[in-house]
Amino acid sequence: MSGLVAQPGAGAHTGIGRIFERFPFLPAFVILIALLVLNGLFEPNSLSFGALTGLVSTYLALMLLAVAQTYVVYAADIDLSVGAILSLVNVSIIVLMQLMGGSALSVLVACFAGIGIGLACGIFNGIIVAGLRLQPIVATFATSIIFTGIALYIMPVSGIPAPSVYWRTYGGRLFDVPFVIYLAVAVAVILYVIARTRLITQLLAVGDNQQSAYQSGLPVTMTRIRGYALCGVFAALAALCITGDTASGDPLVGGAMTLNSVAAVVLGGTALSGGVGSVAGSVIGALIIGLVNSLVFFVGTPSEWQNLVQGLAILVALTVGILVSRRAGQ
Amino acid sequence: MSAAEPGIGRTAALSAERLVRQPIIVALALIAALLVAGELLSPGFASGEQILRLLIVAALLGIVAAGQNLVILGGREGIDLSVGGVVSLSAIVAGNIMNGADAGIVPAILACVAIGGLFGLINGVGVTLLRIPPLVMTLGMLGVLQGLLVVVRQGIPSGNAAPALSGFVTQPFLLGLPGIIWLWIGIGAFMAFLLRRTVFGHRIYAIGSNEHAAAMAGVPVRLMRVSLFILSGMFAAIAGICLLGYSGQSFANVGEQYMLPSIIAVVFGGTPLSGGKGGYTGTMAGAVLLVILQSILTTINIDEAGRQIVFGATLLVLMLFYGRGRAMRG
Repeated sequence: MSGLVAQPGAGAHTGIGRIFERFPFLPAFVILIALLVLNGLFEPNSLSFGALTGLVSTYLALMLLAVAQTYVVYAADIDLSVGAILSLVNVSIIVLMQLMGGSALSVLVACFAGIGIGLACGIFNGIIVAGLRLQPIVATFATSIIFTGIALYIMPVSGIPAPSVYWRTYGGRLFDVPFVIYLAVAVAVILYVIARTRLITQLLAVGDNQQSAYQSGLPVTMTRIRGYALCGVFAALAALCITGDTASGDPLVGGAMTLNSVAAVVLGGTALSGGVGSVAGSVIGALIIGLVNSLVFFVGTPSEWQNLVQGLAILVALTVGILVSRRAGQ
Repeated sequence: MSAAEPGIGRTAALSAERLVRQPIIVALALIAALLVAGELLSPGFASGEQILRLLIVAALLGIVAAGQNLVILGGREGIDLSVGGVVSLSAIVAGNIMNGADAGIVPAILACVAIGGLFGLINGVGVTLLRIPPLVMTLGMLGVLQGLLVVVRQGIPSGNAAPALSGFVTQPFLLGLPGIIWLWIGIGAFMAFLLRRTVFGHRIYAIGSNEHAAAMAGVPVRLMRVSLFILSGMFAAIAGICLLGYSGQSFANVGEQYMLPSIIAVVFGGTPLSGGKGGYTGTMAGAVLLVILQSILTTINIDEAGRQIVFGATLLVLMLFYGRGRAMRG
């Protein structure tokens, strides 16, 4: 396993190097802690249980989208259509739930249908990119246009609300514990299980060196298609969360989230060149983006300057993360 | 290539096949086919006036794609996602400097090109000195630029184009063609000269196809790469000024629509994203092809959703004509 994760040439002999090799998200984790402390200093309430739960319920969608992106980045691919898949699933389940009357059963059916749609989009991407051997960046941009088109066909204008049972559950409590906590725990367990599967090892092997993966008998094309399929499923899960958070349908809701998902993956210590990384890092990366946004607000930045300061902070975090993990790897 | 010794009879067939595989020939044939299709679908589509309007829109995209082309040619995953932000920023800065007066044109051009060059310089330094992957660096820079746009937009009005600038972009200038078309032709000639006849141009291909060999041969690789990003920022800035002339006023995030299309124009022009081969003449054809395709879809009587689906699907089909990756061999 360590042979697959290690970058060629990176000396794994030093103690620190070995730690980074095992936990590539360590720099991100340090940044996360620092951001939490800073948030706490400027707004003590922001570290309360309620505030942190709110942070999770707002950013769970981005976390899942970043996880989705991670699986294709493992194999040195990229998916610029994750935001469009999220939008498509969002409008699809809203319309489905509305058609079926908005009962609890309809919500359940719609959720499964949504995951199916995400899976189908992912497989489509996989066949296009890996099967037809198109360049991932441009090919998934083209499929994102198609997915957005289908989303617009299903719901031409945004604003159809979700059934109240849906968002009441997402934002509500179960046995006095916020529902999103259960979701977060469930997601963590699922991610842990997936991380142990052979597919992840294969994806990393393909990303590390496609040619040698092929020569050692790995089904490279099929592995990449599976990676895209997994990515589609997690984009759909992200859509379920964003639907719970915004409680309405919007055919363009995911558009701006695609590049953030890539940024979260990189923040989390996963290399875009493939072969090394972790989903835990991507989750942390998404939280970093969320905490930067809230910190910029808490320190009292004038509203028109907030986006700029956020942009600068994320650029700095991206740079520092890459520099630190490289230095540690040497 | 695998046919090492083609028989004499097969040489002609092979060279014809090679001709058909030339990306620029493919692009020109597709342009002709699309014009015919457009004329059939809506008579008047291929009229001189209409083609002129298409060429103006293509010139705007083509100028952005010139810089994108250089960065991609330089290899090592070279890509510039920040061009859209520079286009938007340049349009708004130019609008405010000239504020409807011809006297402001020269200062506006100088200021915008300097700003574009500055952002290119920062991108280039990040990519070379800090060795941040171009996709990550320019993605982070895009976030900064989007934030900066909010600040700039808050402080100053959107500004107006000078009459001479609008005339340059939209009115006939020489031989019935607007100035922007001549500017684009000039840029095309400049790029062809730069890439084929200068040491600088040859070095771009050298670092794009084998960076180590180029460095051994004494090519200042870092300096080269920084210059490519500076040029990319400058071209995006020029496109922003022209865009202001085209629309008369600058709008929020007008440049965003150029980010990924500029990459697709380069790919359709026969420059693979891996760099090292290709050129700008093909990219010009690629830009025209993209614009005609979009224009045909607006003339067909279908709604926005259908238009997007057809556009995305057509992009995918067109990509099959270009640079598909090689199949894995044992």
